[in-house]
Amino acid sequence: MENVQQPFFHRGPTPLARFLLAASLALALIAADGRFGYLVYLQQAVAVVVHPLQQIALFPAWVSGRIAGFFTTQSQLAVRNGVLEQQNLLNQAALLRLQALEQENARLRAMLDSRALARPGALFAEIVYSHRDPFTRRVIVDRGSSAGVAEGYPVVDAEGLVGQVTRVFPWSSRVTLITDKDMTVPVQVMRSGVRGVLYGTGTDGQLELRFMPFSADIQAGDRLVTSGIDGTYPAGLPVAVVEEVERDAAQMFARVLARPATGVNRYRQVLVLAQPAPEAANPGMDDPPPAARRRSRKAG
Amino acid sequence: MAASAPRQELLLPVRPLFMWATLLAALLLNLLPWSGWLAWLKPDFAALALLFWIVREPQRIGFGTAFAFGLAMDIGQASLFGQHALAYSVVAYAATLLRRRLRMFSADKHVLQILPVLLAAQLVVLLVRLAGGAASPGWTWLVAPVTGALLWPLVWALLLLPQRPRIDPEHPI
Repeated sequence: MENVQQPFFHRGPTPLARFLLAASLALALIAADGRFGYLVYLQQAVAVVVHPLQQIALFPAWVSGRIAGFFTTQSQLAVRNGVLEQQNLLNQAALLRLQALEQENARLRAMLDSRALARPGALFAEIVYSHRDPFTRRVIVDRGSSAGVAEGYPVVDAEGLVGQVTRVFPWSSRVTLITDKDMTVPVQVMRSGVRGVLYGTGTDGQLELRFMPFSADIQAGDRLVTSGIDGTYPAGLPVAVVEEVERDAAQMFARVLARPATGVNRYRQVLVLAQPAPEAANPGMDDPPPAARRRSRKAG
Repeated sequence: MAASAPRQELLLPVRPLFMWATLLAALLLNLLPWSGWLAWLKPDFAALALLFWIVREPQRIGFGTAFAFGLAMDIGQASLFGQHALAYSVVAYAATLLRRRLRMFSADKHVLQILPVLLAAQLVVLLVRLAGGAASPGWTWLVAPVTGALLWPLVWALLLLPQRPRIDPEHPI
């Protein structure tokens, strides 16, 4: 007992012990975030620290954008202005028709004594990062809880549904795209009214309409819009276009592949639709639904 | 055998300010909005900087710094919280193991010893994410460690630059 040798240099725990401690802590964090959606406050604290770094990292891109803008010629601007004016005129006409229809709809709904459709407010946001994590399809936008964004809000751009807000930080939020492997959108075929659920596949530009019976009235070129029966997405937003319908007798269901109506690579600006009562977000593996999180917070 | 060992040289002590500045700069490089093929070709600069400083200055930089940088990366990259912390813990452990061995080789011979470390960190993340049900990122996921290992001699030379003594031609000693 008495000849226990004291270490010559005091170094603390061995590297292996430190590694095991750090690795198990990291695995605990992964499980807490991925499975149960805990640690939202810790993540927000880290986000506040990282935010200035992100702003600095975005600065070169901002400067190059400004320099490119400086060298835009007047003729280019004039052409672009003309195109936008034309588009505006078309939009105005469509808007007038929409207003008339909305009034008619409201009257009809009043006659039927049903609940009036809630009109979502909209928040303008810009995509600052896209596709950082190759395992998921997500983007980061520059509006967060300070601007009124909340989890579960749908995100659209000029051509259709982009995705859904799945995590909110003070000055930014995470949007999971509809192409993410864990995203599902309830849709309706515009032409025939057939309803189905559209699944993301995890690859850009591909969606799958699963569990469609052989007899379903669906064909290539059909446009899919949100059906609105989930209470998360407002009805009638364009989501995708059917690309291929495969009816293989060996399978239980028809295989329907679709292409998203919008591409995140095309636009930098998006609209976050503020829903009156955001219901359960899509249960992604990494961002569990806010409803479940709320419950667990109350319990804990 | 003696030919492969690097020439012994006397280096100045490292300035902590320089050390932290390079670590932060590496984190910034990671957070730049990389896109397209550059995004998957891009090495993990923070992992390279952490590896370098844990090898050079094990008394100052260790598991704690690696873990904190990992958490910052997770938030910055919108990945699973704890994923980079795990990867950088692997890097830190490998760095403590490789520390004495790397000193026996010149920087260009480090490349093949660094490659398995970066690959291991990347594969650990891949396994954790696939176990969690994420979609496969494809073969491009394994390109970044290779470019990282190839960049290592450059990182080594650049980060050691301020520690090399300036020799006055008038008074060589």
